[in-house]
Amino acid sequence: MDGPVVPVSHVRAAGQRDRLRLALTVNGEDRDLVVASYKTLLEVLREDLALTGTKHGCELGECGACAVLLDGELVLSCLVAAVECEGRSVTSVEGLREGPRLHALQTAFADHGAAQCGYCTPGMLLAAKSLLDRNADPSRDQIAEALSGQICRCTGYLQIFEAVEAAGCALRGERPPAPQLPRVRGDHGEG
Amino acid sequence: MMRLPRFQYVAPASLAEAARALADAGPSAMVLAGGTDLFPNMKRRQQTPGTVIGLRGIAALRARTAEPGRGIALGALTRLSAIEHDPAIAAAWPALARAASLVATPPIRNMATLGGNLCLDTRCSYYDQTQEWRAAIGYCMKREGDTCWVAPGSDRCWAVSSSDTAPVLCALGAEIVLASAAGERRIAASELFADDGIQHLTRRPDEILTEIHVPAPAEGERSAYVKLRRRGSFDFPVLGVAVRARLGAGGAVSAARIFVGAAGSRPQEARAAADRLIGRVLDEDAIREVAGLIARVAKPMQNTDFSLSWRKSVASAYAARALRELVGGPASGLEAS
Amino acid sequence: MAKGDREFGVLGKPLRRVDAVGKVTGETRFADDLAMPGMLHMKLVRSPLPHAKIRGIDARKALAVDGVRAVLTGEMFPIPFGILPVSQDEHALCPDKVRFVGDPVAAVVATEELIAEEAARLVEVDYEPLATIGSPEEALAHAEPRIQDHGDAGNIHKMVALDFGDVPAAIAGADLVVEDCFFYQGNTHLALEQHATLAYLGTDGRLTIASSTQTPHYLHRAAAKVLGWPASRIRIIAPPQGGGFGGKTDPFNHEIVAAKAVLITGRPVKIALTREEVFYCHRGRHPVLMRMRTGVTKEGRIVGHSVETLLDGGAYGSYGVASTFYTGALETVTYKIDRYQFRGCRTFTNKPPCGPKRGHGTPQPRFGFEVQIDKFCDRLGLDPAQWRIDQAVPADSLTANWLKVRTIGLVPCVEAVVEASGWKSRFRKLPRGRGLGIAASSYLCGAGLPIYWNEMPHSGVQLLLDRSGGVTAFCGASEVGQGSDNVLAVCVAEVLGIDILDVKVVTGDTSLGPVDLGSYSSRVTLMMGNAAVEAAQRARDRLAEAVGKRLDLAIERVGFAGGRVFDVGDPDRGMAFADAVQLAETAGGTVGTVGSYTPPRAPGKFKGAGVGPSPSYSYSAAVVEVAVDEATGVVDVVKIWVAHDIGRALNPVLVRGQVEGSVYMGLGEALMEEQAFRRLPPRLSRALVHQTPSMLEYKSLASRDMPEIESILIENPEPNGPFGAKEVGQGPLLPIPPAVANAVYDAVRVRVDEVPITPDKVLAALRAASKRVGPDAFPAVPWPEPLIVPPPWEGGDGNAINEPRRRDKSAGGPQRGAAPEGRDRRAEGRDRPEEAAKP
Repeated sequence: MDGPVVPVSHVRAAGQRDRLRLALTVNGEDRDLVVASYKTLLEVLREDLALTGTKHGCELGECGACAVLLDGELVLSCLVAAVECEGRSVTSVEGLREGPRLHALQTAFADHGAAQCGYCTPGMLLAAKSLLDRNADPSRDQIAEALSGQICRCTGYLQIFEAVEAAGCALRGERPPAPQLPRVRGDHGEG
Repeated sequence: MMRLPRFQYVAPASLAEAARALADAGPSAMVLAGGTDLFPNMKRRQQTPGTVIGLRGIAALRARTAEPGRGIALGALTRLSAIEHDPAIAAAWPALARAASLVATPPIRNMATLGGNLCLDTRCSYYDQTQEWRAAIGYCMKREGDTCWVAPGSDRCWAVSSSDTAPVLCALGAEIVLASAAGERRIAASELFADDGIQHLTRRPDEILTEIHVPAPAEGERSAYVKLRRRGSFDFPVLGVAVRARLGAGGAVSAARIFVGAAGSRPQEARAAADRLIGRVLDEDAIREVAGLIARVAKPMQNTDFSLSWRKSVASAYAARALRELVGGPASGLEAS
Repeated sequence: MAKGDREFGVLGKPLRRVDAVGKVTGETRFADDLAMPGMLHMKLVRSPLPHAKIRGIDARKALAVDGVRAVLTGEMFPIPFGILPVSQDEHALCPDKVRFVGDPVAAVVATEELIAEEAARLVEVDYEPLATIGSPEEALAHAEPRIQDHGDAGNIHKMVALDFGDVPAAIAGADLVVEDCFFYQGNTHLALEQHATLAYLGTDGRLTIASSTQTPHYLHRAAAKVLGWPASRIRIIAPPQGGGFGGKTDPFNHEIVAAKAVLITGRPVKIALTREEVFYCHRGRHPVLMRMRTGVTKEGRIVGHSVETLLDGGAYGSYGVASTFYTGALETVTYKIDRYQFRGCRTFTNKPPCGPKRGHGTPQPRFGFEVQIDKFCDRLGLDPAQWRIDQAVPADSLTANWLKVRTIGLVPCVEAVVEASGWKSRFRKLPRGRGLGIAASSYLCGAGLPIYWNEMPHSGVQLLLDRSGGVTAFCGASEVGQGSDNVLAVCVAEVLGIDILDVKVVTGDTSLGPVDLGSYSSRVTLMMGNAAVEAAQRARDRLAEAVGKRLDLAIERVGFAGGRVFDVGDPDRGMAFADAVQLAETAGGTVGTVGSYTPPRAPGKFKGAGVGPSPSYSYSAAVVEVAVDEATGVVDVVKIWVAHDIGRALNPVLVRGQVEGSVYMGLGEALMEEQAFRRLPPRLSRALVHQTPSMLEYKSLASRDMPEIESILIENPEPNGPFGAKEVGQGPLLPIPPAVANAVYDAVRVRVDEVPITPDKVLAALRAASKRVGPDAFPAVPWPEPLIVPPPWEGGDGNAINEPRRRDKSAGGPQRGAAPEGRDRRAEGRDRPEEAAKP
C-alpha cells in the first residue's frame, strides 16, 4: 500500500476540540455518541451516558472499581480508550438487573453483607459474574482469585466470597444458604 | 479523575499499515496493545505519545500457531489470560502459563498482551509517579530530569525490568519477531533487552514486536517460575526466577537456563548457576548451592517495593523455591510464587 | 418470648439493609456521581515544595487557556479554618506559605476537567524555599523555621502531661519493671471513593455543597466561617460515601474552594480528587513513637504504668490535639492499673496532616501495651490470656484517669477467643514457626464532648408519620458505608412495630435534618440510635393515646408489632399502623416527633478530662495464628478469632461486616500499610515526598491475602445504648496488630516492636543477637509540669491538685485566664474539649 496511513476516520483532528464519534452497545442498547477523543470507556460511561454505577478509585488499573464486561470479558474501563470501543458491547452494573428483578449476585450481595459502602460493589459484581459465567460452582479459592483484582476496604472480603457462593447456588437452581451469622454469646457463656 | 492527555489515534488494519504508520509518525508515536502499561504511563504523563497506533485491528497479531515438534508461535496480541488458561501451554511450558497467571489481576490479564508484557516499560519508584510528584523531586533521568535518584552518582538509569513473562521466555529460549516498514527480523528473546533503564529494549522505534516463538520442550525438559511480590495479586515482581532444565534418567540435569527478573534493568541470565546444575541431581544440597549462585545475579536497587537489603537476602530462598518447583517439590511462599 | 427478653420485631434480625439495593444496582449516588447542567470542573494547583513562602502567583497563562473560567488564589481566603477551635490553621488556598508537598495554592476552574488540569500546570508560583522538618525528632531539635505560628513551642504542637498518682514511686515498689520502646508507623484510610465535591447555588438561593464528608455539620460551620455567608443560607449534603474510616471527617480545602468558585462563576462547580490528592488530604494514623514503663507485682497486678508518646502530626493541627490525648486516654479502661502517668507530644512536620483514622490515636498505644503485657507475662510465667481475664477492669468502676466504665465485656471476649482458638492446648506448644498471639482492647461509643464547646444534643432525629403508615426519619448523620441509615430505620421500626422498609430515612443534609455531629468516634449507633428511640417512643405515645381512646385501653396496654397497633391482651383487637396514624392525626394534628441525645457528664474535672469519656466502651479480643518462614521472615496469617462486646447486635450481618472489616484493616496495618515519606539527598534536593501515593504501591490487602476469620459477638446489653447496643466500627481493629506481633513471638521467639511487621523486620530480628527489632530510645521532650490528679482510690475528686479550680462546666473545656505560667495563653484559652473521630 502506498501513501501515508491517515488517522482513522472517526477521529476528527481539530486541535483541542477533538471529538470522536462512537457507536457501541451498552447493556444491550445501541448508543451513538460524540465524545472527547481522549476519554476512556470509564469516562464515557459516567460522563457521556450518565451511567455512574461504574466507579473509579485510581483510574490507573490499581483498584478494580471500574471493571465492566467488554464483549463479555472483564476489563478495567479506566484503561480502555473510548476510541477502541467502536462497535463493541459493554455490560456495566446497570445492565445486571433482569427487568425488575435483581440478578442473583445482586440479591446475594445485598443479603450477605457483601456491600458495605457499595463503592467496590459494581466492579465486584462484574468480576463475580465473569467467574460464574465460566464456572457455575467455583471453590472458595477460585472465588478469591477471580476477585483478586478488586480492592474492598470495608468488608474484609469474606462476606463477598459467601455472597458469590450463594449466588452460584441460586444460579444453579439450588437453595442458597442464609447469610452466615457470627456466633453470639451472652455475658456468661452461650446465650 | 486521572485522564489521558490528548493524542492522535491511528487504527491500522494490517501489520504493513501499522509499520508504515509508525515510520510516518516518527519518534512521538507509540504502539498500543492492551493499554495496561501505556495508559497509566500516559495518565501520569510519563509517556506522552503524540500518536498512538492501536494494533487491535490486526488479526494476524492474535494468531496462535502450534507446530508439532516445533513449539508454538504466539501473536504479540495474545492476551495473558489466554496463555494462563491454555492447557497446551501449561503442559509444555508450565513456567510461561504460571508467569502469565501471576501478572497483576484477572481483569488486567484479560487486557494485557504477551507482546506488551515483554515490552513493559521499566519501572522505578521515582518514575512511576504523576507529573506533579515527579516535578516535586525535580524529575529523574528517565524523563525530563538528569539525575537517577536511585544512584545519584550514576550516569545511567536503574529502572527495573518488571515483566513476569520476560525472564521466562528468555529461559525457554524463545525468539521474537520485530517488524518494520523495512522488513522483519527474528532475534532471541534475551536479545530484546538491554541493561539500561531508559533504552531497555533493543527494538528500534520503528519496529513492532509481532510474534513470539517458543521452542518445543525437549524430552525431560521442565520449567518453573517463582515470583516474589507483596500480595497475592496486583503487584509487580520484586524478584522473578525462571528456570528451564532438562532432566535425564535418574534426575541428572543435562541442560539448563536460568533468568532472574525484576532485579535489574533487564532479565539477568544466571549462567554460572545453570552451568553448575549440569550433571547434578537436584537434591537439597544442589538446590542450595545453585540457588546461591542464582541470587548472585540479582542486583536489586532501592527502587521497588520492599527494602533492598531484604530482597538481596531472600533471593536465594526464592531461587531455591523455583528449583524445588522444577523437581516437583513444595514451592509455597510469600504470595503465590 | 425468648429467655425473658422481649420479643423483637426487626431488631437483631439479619435483614437486608435499607440501602442495599441502591448499592448493588449502582444506583446509589456518591458525591462524584452527581452532575449538573452547566457544571464547571476544578483542579487544584498543589505545592511541589515541602516548605516555602509564596512570593507570587502568575495565573495569566492559565487564564488565557480556552475554556478556563476562573483561577482562585489564597488572598481570596483570608479566614482560616480547622476542625478544632484550638487549631484554626488551615486556609482553603495557602495565602503566603506552603507546608507540605500537595498543599494547595491555587484552583483552576474550566469547562472540562482536562482543560482545568492542563491550565493548572500553567499557573506559575514563585516560591522561596524554607528548611524542612521531616520527623518529630527534627521538630524537637529545630524550633525554627516554625511550620505553624501556634502550638506549645517551636515546632511542638501540643504537649500533655498527666499524673494519676505517683507512678515512679509505685514502680519503685514493683516486683518487675519493664520498659519498652515501640513504633507504630502512620497509615492512611484509603477509602475506595476519592473525595469529591459538587457545589452549586440552589434554586432556593442556598449555597449548596454536596460532598463526601463524614461530618456535614462541621463542614457547614467551616464553610460559613470562611466564605462569610450566613450559615442559614448554606446547605451541606453528605451523599452516601464510598468509605470514610476517618478520612473525611475534617472540613477540606477543596470543599470550600469549590463553593467559592460557585460564588465567582455563578455556575455549579465540581472537584473530584485523584488518588494522589487523597493521600495529601490524609488525616490518617499518626506515626507514634512510644516508651512504656510498667511496674507489676509477681501476680501480674499493674501498680504503675507510664506512657510517653511522640506523634508526627504533619503540617496542620487537624484533630491533632485530640489525637495526642487519645494516645493516652484509653490505656486504662481495659485492665486494672493502680497509677497511671501519661506524656504526649505532637510535633509539626512538613508532611500531610495526620488525624483520625479508625481507632483515632488508640491503636498505637494499644499495640505497645498489649505487646508489653505479653512480654511481662512471659517473664512472670503467666498465661497472657488468663492475665487479661484476671486483670480486667470491673464493671461500673472508675479508672485511674477518671473514666467511667459501665458494662464491660472484656472477660467474655477473651474467654471466647481462648476457647475457639484452642489457646490452652496450643499457646507456646506449637512447632517452631507456628504461633498464637492474643490481645484485647477497648474503644469509645462516641466521645463524651463535641468538638466545639456547646451544651446542645449530639444527635437529633425527627420523625414524620404520614397517613399511609409510612414514617420518614430525618437525621443529620452521614452514611459512610457502615450502615447508619439502617440503624436509624431499625431503631424507629422496632419501637413502632413496623417493617424497616416502611421507614424512609433522610440523612446527611443540613437543611433537611437535625444536627448529628457526624460519623466519627463510633458515635452514631449509640447517639443517633438513642435519639431515634426517643423520637419513636414519643410517636408511639401519640399513637397509643389515640388508639387507646378508640379501643378503650390504657396506654400501657397498646402494643405495636407486625405493622399493627393492638391490645396486648387481645392482639386481634386492633388496627393497621396506618389507621393508628390517622387516628392520632385526627386527634392531635400532624404526627411529628423529635428525639435527641446528649451523653452523660463525665466524672473527670481536670484539664484534658474531656478526651476519653464515652457513654460506653466496647471491648474486643483476638487470637491470631501465624506461620513464620524463618528463611525469609515472611509472616503468613493463618486464622483470626475475634470476639467483640457489642452490647446488643442490631443486625448481626452488618455487625459481622464491621467486625471483619475492622480486622481486615487492622491486619493491613499490622502487615503492610505504611504512609511513608522520602527525602532525597539534601545536598541535591529539597524534596520530601510521599513514597507511595497510589493504590498499587500503598499496599492494602486484596482478596487472596485475607485469612479465615471466626467472629464471635458478646451480647451484654449496655444501659446507655439503644436497645443495649454498643459500637462495632472501630474497636475490633485494635487487638489485631499486637496479636500479630505476639503470635510472631510465639512462633519464632522474636519481638518486632514496630508496626507494620514486615518480612524484612522479622528476618532482621531473627538474625539479631537481641532477637528484637524496634526503636531503642525516646528523645528528650521538654515536658511541661504535669497536672497531678489523684486516682479515685487515692482520695481524688477528679480535679488536678496543682491546677486552679475550674468552673464546673466543661471538663477539659475553656479555661480563660487559667493557663499555667510559661505557656501560650492564647492556645490554652482555646483549648476546647477535643473529640474523637471516625467512621
